[in-house]
Amino acid sequence: MKTDELIGLLARDAGPVPARAGERRFAIALMVGVALALAWVQAAYGIRADLAAVMGTAAFWQKVAMPLSVAGTGLIVVFRLGHPGVRMGGWWLGVWLPVSLLWIWAAAVLWMAEPAARAPLVLGTTWRTCVFNVTATALPIGVALLWALRGLAPTRPVLTGAAAGWLAGAVGACVYSLHCPEMAAPFVAIWYVLGMGLSAALGAVAGRRWLRW
Amino acid sequence: MTRIDSVIATEHELHDLFVAGLDGDAAAYHRFLQRLGGLLRGYFRRRLQQLPDEVEDLVQETLMAVHTQRQSYRRGEPLTAWVHAVARYKLVDLWRRRERHDALNDPLDDDLAVFASADHEAGEARRDLGRMLEQLPTHQRLPILHTKLEGLSVQETARLTGMSESAVKVGVHRGLKALARLWKDMT
Repeated sequence: MKTDELIGLLARDAGPVPARAGERRFAIALMVGVALALAWVQAAYGIRADLAAVMGTAAFWQKVAMPLSVAGTGLIVVFRLGHPGVRMGGWWLGVWLPVSLLWIWAAAVLWMAEPAARAPLVLGTTWRTCVFNVTATALPIGVALLWALRGLAPTRPVLTGAAAGWLAGAVGACVYSLHCPEMAAPFVAIWYVLGMGLSAALGAVAGRRWLRW
Repeated sequence: MTRIDSVIATEHELHDLFVAGLDGDAAAYHRFLQRLGGLLRGYFRRRLQQLPDEVEDLVQETLMAVHTQRQSYRRGEPLTAWVHAVARYKLVDLWRRRERHDALNDPLDDDLAVFASADHEAGEARRDLGRMLEQLPTHQRLPILHTKLEGLSVQETARLTGMSESAVKVGVHRGLKALARLWKDMT
């Protein structure tokens, strides 16, 4: 086919293209993903019975501060990665800074604790399942985000997939914390971050496969 | 007018046409694609001097990508940056594809630069190659024809032509050298 013929063909297929298509896709993806993740946590683990009381305490919000802030900055980073030619600026820092701060805090907690109390602070009672549970909760969110990105045009598919997985991990961790009985900073600093990391690794693999265009 | 001024003027012109196209103005969109096609051709031609056959394919592929991915352009952002990112993605994709392709298909990798510019342009480029092949002696032409163009193995080619396997390999090797000379004389 001649290039001019192709151009004629494409021109006949002109708009209208909705403005803010990217925002719309991300909003749908997050709503569907979070709804599925909530349903999964409710069905598989159960929401913790004392949630209402716990949500009134500072400890709960200190625990979800890291995943919540990673979710916020991660959303901006992934959104930008989906749009060719949009500069990242300093937003990269935002997806890692909350984890660094949490690690410093966790280290301080461990340092000040009695030696005998350190192992329970790190392991809690659910360390064996936490990583898997965070990743499993992140899964529907990650799939929804990949769907959103497939409608856009990420020029770095692997990196975008990893960032989307990291974001899904952070949102998944927030949802999972509605069940999770652990409240210690060292626990969150290790097992939640590992769960998010696993989600990011899965995202990178998925990005390589599904985000090319 | 300096280079940056002309880039800014192009940006304004193309941006207006493109956004009009996004809102459904087919005539503006048509003009946008024509202007963009020319710009892309220049851009790729400068970067694909070793692979001139690929330029037009890549122009078409990129125009198609611009069209199908156009909802990923945010109206407030510079169009230059968006188009450049899309074009560069397609260019890198082509390089990556060729690297893999060449790695898979080049057992004798010293002289195969000849084929680097013909493999993907199945239609026309191969006819040219066919004409050049005809100028080679049989013991070089047949090995190249069967192993390189028809994709047979050295073994199969040997069985088919009655040549020994080492004669097939030598024939391919020397024939490619001869073709490279012919190619150079032609261009």
